[in-house]
Amino acid sequence: MAGFTFRGGIHPYDGKALSREKAITEIMPKGEMVYPVSQHIGAPAKPIVQKGQRVLMGECIAEAGGFVSAPVYSSVSGTVKAIEKRRTVSGDMTDCIIIENDGLDEKAAPLTARKYEEMSRGEVLEVIQKAGIVGMGGAGFPTHVKLSPKAPEKIDTVIVNCAECEPYLTSDYRKMLEEPDRLVKGLQIETGLFAGARGVLAVEDNKPDCIALLKEKVKDIPNITVVALKTKYPQGSERQLIYAVTGREINAAMLPADAGCIVNNVDTVIAVCNAVTEGEPLMHRIVTVTGDAVKDPRNFKVRTGTDYAELIEAAGGFVTEPAKIISGGPMMGISLFDLHVPVTKISSALLCMSVDEVAKWEPSACINCGRCVEVCPSRLVPSHLADHAEHFNEEEFLRYYGMECVECGSCSYVCPAKRQLAQSIRTMRKLQLAKRKK
Amino acid sequence: MEEKNNVAGEQEKSAKKLRSVSPTPHIRDKATTRGIMGMVVLALMPAALYGIWHFGPKALLLLVLSIAACVGSEWGFEKLTKQKNTAGDLSAVVTGLLLGMNLPVAVPWWMPVLGGCFAIIVVKMLFGGLGQNFMNPALGARCFLVLSFSKYMTDFSYRPGWGGADVVSGATPLAAAKNGEAYDLMQMFLGNEGGTIGETSALALLIGGIFLLLSGVITWHVSVCYIASLLAFVLLFSGHGADLSCLGAQLCGGGLMLGAFFMATDYVTRPITRKGQVIYGIFLGVLTGIFRVFAPGAEGVSYAIIIGNLLVPLIERVTLPKHFGYRKQQKA
Repeated sequence: MAGFTFRGGIHPYDGKALSREKAITEIMPKGEMVYPVSQHIGAPAKPIVQKGQRVLMGECIAEAGGFVSAPVYSSVSGTVKAIEKRRTVSGDMTDCIIIENDGLDEKAAPLTARKYEEMSRGEVLEVIQKAGIVGMGGAGFPTHVKLSPKAPEKIDTVIVNCAECEPYLTSDYRKMLEEPDRLVKGLQIETGLFAGARGVLAVEDNKPDCIALLKEKVKDIPNITVVALKTKYPQGSERQLIYAVTGREINAAMLPADAGCIVNNVDTVIAVCNAVTEGEPLMHRIVTVTGDAVKDPRNFKVRTGTDYAELIEAAGGFVTEPAKIISGGPMMGISLFDLHVPVTKISSALLCMSVDEVAKWEPSACINCGRCVEVCPSRLVPSHLADHAEHFNEEEFLRYYGMECVECGSCSYVCPAKRQLAQSIRTMRKLQLAKRKK
Repeated sequence: MEEKNNVAGEQEKSAKKLRSVSPTPHIRDKATTRGIMGMVVLALMPAALYGIWHFGPKALLLLVLSIAACVGSEWGFEKLTKQKNTAGDLSAVVTGLLLGMNLPVAVPWWMPVLGGCFAIIVVKMLFGGLGQNFMNPALGARCFLVLSFSKYMTDFSYRPGWGGADVVSGATPLAAAKNGEAYDLMQMFLGNEGGTIGETSALALLIGGIFLLLSGVITWHVSVCYIASLLAFVLLFSGHGADLSCLGAQLCGGGLMLGAFFMATDYVTRPITRKGQVIYGIFLGVLTGIFRVFAPGAEGVSYAIIIGNLLVPLIERVTLPKHFGYRKQQKA
């Protein structure tokens, strides 16, 4: 039975008040645009343009490198300046296509000339694939793959992840308030892919205005409902969300489809709507620029490929020198050592904090207090898991179900000894996953 | 070309000033080890202050010596072995305070010093320091002292209050109850009786215990299961049946409140999972009951907790929690 919540989790300071009232404004990119060929999980895209070639806004510049992959589109019109390695959010040097923006925004032809109403199921999926849509909540899993499960007839619920449980993030919140019709349309397109499936808009109850607005919008649609989830991090974690909405539990070895569910992020569903109804490929997204080091925290509609530094500029610059800059939220985001990296399909926020809370504390000995056990949404024993990981005791790590960790970081957050629990566990998991692949 | 130089120059500039990075999460809760230990010290204050008021200035001296010995030996040991100093995390203060509260006021001054050094160096530091000890250091030291100096450790005579003239001698009320002698339950509850410095006032200990529960430092599992299972055991096997006064004496006497709220709940030496904590609590209650009802002595809390501590790894082995989605995996 659905309980609209899960066991465990934390309630960190949410910081959403900084930017939640700020309506989305669009940023016009100024300098050169940088498009990494790998903005998703799976094979990198293959560049199909040459240096010196002129491209239009919405023109495909790199095609999918396989089924689990996604193409990349230019978000401006201009000239291809180079195809070279550039620094990206992860800190790695990745192959990128660099385009000199001519500022004309000359548009390419839409992806499809057909109307949604005339499209078959296969055509809809093809458009979604062609549009380069990936999970925009952060994981970047290609959406067309998600929407093509092995047994489509078993899918009975399509969930839109409107939880936005990460502190500070308000991009999904603004999107729900400002584009509810597209959100609902996108969900209708997705439920339309699965006969008899219902659609669920799952919103955390700290956004009552969104819940009321969406309820109003779906009141005449019989197979779509809005559910209010208890506000708690990590409510937006896929497994926890499915459990909260349907009462079904899945583990690390299963996919949401095994529980009859498809889960998509707000921005992703709106991108699906834009692609299918207007033939628009994925070229922009909403980014929350926030944190106490930013002068004017805002929500921006940003074209992919824009330099992060331009976002800071648009938000009025820094009030104090930030101690830490994070791409994404404070729980799962990636800290940046260099601000000059491009916005990608999965950049949800740019968070600038004046205090580095991690550097403030020195890790000390575990006192076995059990707080990590209480907050772990996967019901693990993080302190023991981290011990086993640090001692490289693979056997015990697996026996303690280390592979079931969702890496939400709740354990590190609550640890009074300030241990880097999530980091140790994540490192060991990565090693094990790499081993499995071999 | 000029533009290229600019870009290169900028990159060089930013390369010089790299920002700090770290793995996720980037925020931390405010709770610290030191803060938690501070809360425990605070929660022990009502009982400690009552003990000092009830037993007089010597009780204060013993508590101070015990704390000083614990903190001093932790500091000294780490200095000698060239380890990072952890005396500031207040866990040694908790150990010292608990040890002092577990001593009768009649013991000589060197007793808490010896006990404190034993608790920290032998029970805690030799096993790897904070978080590594397999038994509660304060209780380990208490049992060491009881075994080595049983004459002192069972001498419960005291001069009441500050400057009281008459020495009150004799057994603790729980021993009196067991021998069929008279006892006053109300006085036991308030703490106006013989015993160790910190164990006499059930009321003061209860206030501290409730404070720990409400502030989230401890959860109810160990304490409640311990007390409930002891009551059930006494009810069934003591031969007094549902005699409220007898049950009340079991609750208020023999350091049960001190043990159940402050020593059985010691993080390091209790199971980490809730299920494990429930089993552990019930085990402690039954064991204490056996000691109290069937053994020649009247007390049993310390030994029950120490034996319970030793069983924790075993309890943790059988109570490894099932992860999220476990049943589904079994089916598939």
